[in-house]
Amino acid sequence: MKIKIFYFARLKETLKFSTEDLELPDDAFAQALTILKLKAFLAKRSDVWQQMLLGKLKVRGAINHELVDDNAPIVDGDEVAFFPPVTGG
Amino acid sequence: MTVRVQTEDFDVGFEVNQLRNARRDTGAIVSFVGQVRDLNDGDTVTQLTLEHYPGMTEKALEAIAQQAKTRWDFFDALIIHRIGSLKPTDQIVLVAVSGAHRGEAFKACEFIMDFLKTEAPFWKKEVTQDGEHWLEAKQSDDDARERWVK
Repeated sequence: MKIKIFYFARLKETLKFSTEDLELPDDAFAQALTILKLKAFLAKRSDVWQQMLLGKLKVRGAINHELVDDNAPIVDGDEVAFFPPVTGG
Repeated sequence: MTVRVQTEDFDVGFEVNQLRNARRDTGAIVSFVGQVRDLNDGDTVTQLTLEHYPGMTEKALEAIAQQAKTRWDFFDALIIHRIGSLKPTDQIVLVAVSGAHRGEAFKACEFIMDFLKTEAPFWKKEVTQDGEHWLEAKQSDDDARERWVK
């Protein structure tokens, strides 16, 4: 499966990543992929990723431009985004 | 319902007049303007940068305005939010709601602002005398939003 991931604000700055295309083998893991499972997968990249995605900072997820919770399922072709709680207005 | 995300400033008088003149049965326009403060948590702010998520931002703001429309009886709503680099006293956001009477327009305007603050993907970064930092989301904003979902 192929997904696109965007990172914003503090996450983008600290991870030095604004966007990436991620390809995963079509196995059981990919078929049951959720926001939380993707966070855990990405967190294995390094200590910084671990701290940013599963640390003290609250990280919100969006799928195809909709805010979702950690259990939301991700499917092939989705646009996923990770960002801190919003502070506009 | 109009949503605009832009770097340029906006003219509140012009925007309110557009809403006023759109319908002759308009009896009330409620508008909220948010601006950059020069002092935040005791720090002197020299600059504010607003980042957003292109595509999602517009969609989120439209969804908020639509949600307001299902709850209150008003004619039209306008949301303008600026992005990019801003200075103290610069305007950040305008929410204007037109309707027959003030009651519903006041509520819709406040509802839209409370949801914008907690659901629209914008992030503020402040530059102060101590350097730059991302602003933290406030519990008081979550509380303000919660009032509407009880």
